[in-house]
Amino acid sequence: MQIEILYFAWVRERVGRSKETIETDALTVAQLVDQLISRDPAYGVAFKDLSQIKVAVDQELSDFTTPLINVCEVAFFPPMTGG
Amino acid sequence: MAVCIQEKPFDVSAEISNFGTKVESSGAIVTFTGIVRNDSGALDHMIIEHYPAMTQIALQKFTELAIDRFELEDALVIHRHGTLKPKEIIMMIATAAPHRQDAFAGAQFLMDCLKSRAPFWKKEISEGLGKWVEPRAKDEFELGSWVDNFNSRMG
Repeated sequence: MQIEILYFAWVRERVGRSKETIETDALTVAQLVDQLISRDPAYGVAFKDLSQIKVAVDQELSDFTTPLINVCEVAFFPPMTGG
Repeated sequence: MAVCIQEKPFDVSAEISNFGTKVESSGAIVTFTGIVRNDSGALDHMIIEHYPAMTQIALQKFTELAIDRFELEDALVIHRHGTLKPKEIIMMIATAAPHRQDAFAGAQFLMDCLKSRAPFWKKEISEGLGKWVEPRAKDEFELGSWVDNFNSRMG
């Protein structure tokens, strides 16, 4: 399946792009991260400490165990600092 | 209820006045305004990044929760993104309720949600160097006090 991946803030800076579309068989967000890390060392740097990264699946705040069934968009970003 | 995410500055006084004219049964309006701080004195500007497709959904959800939980008559959220200078207004909220306790609590709840769950990220640029603002543990703790009541709905 194809998934659009978005990156924000320092995750975007470390990955080196704001979005991309990838073909994946990943069943969970964690498996998607593993696939990304295997592609390029930049992802390894960005995803070095997963405790510092939040995930949204189809614009809903999720976590790394969230399944990727019929999912269109996954976003990775640091803890939010709104307000 | 209104949720506005925008780049352009806004007039807080005009927004409060406009919010107040639409309120019919409330005896209390509480407002909060967030301003760009310059603690070090060296801040040149702040860049606020956000996740457009998620921001609107998240802010509407938090505002609906606040209205529901605190029986607010109405609530308003305005949050800017883009480049802001020190002392510029970042955001505001307003809540209206029959009595002040609910208006204050609703505003506090909305702010705690905005701080830790709304997809905004701030980067401070000082003397040519950028630094992402890190969340404060206190913000997450304060949100936690509400989450006890809303755990299944906060996302």
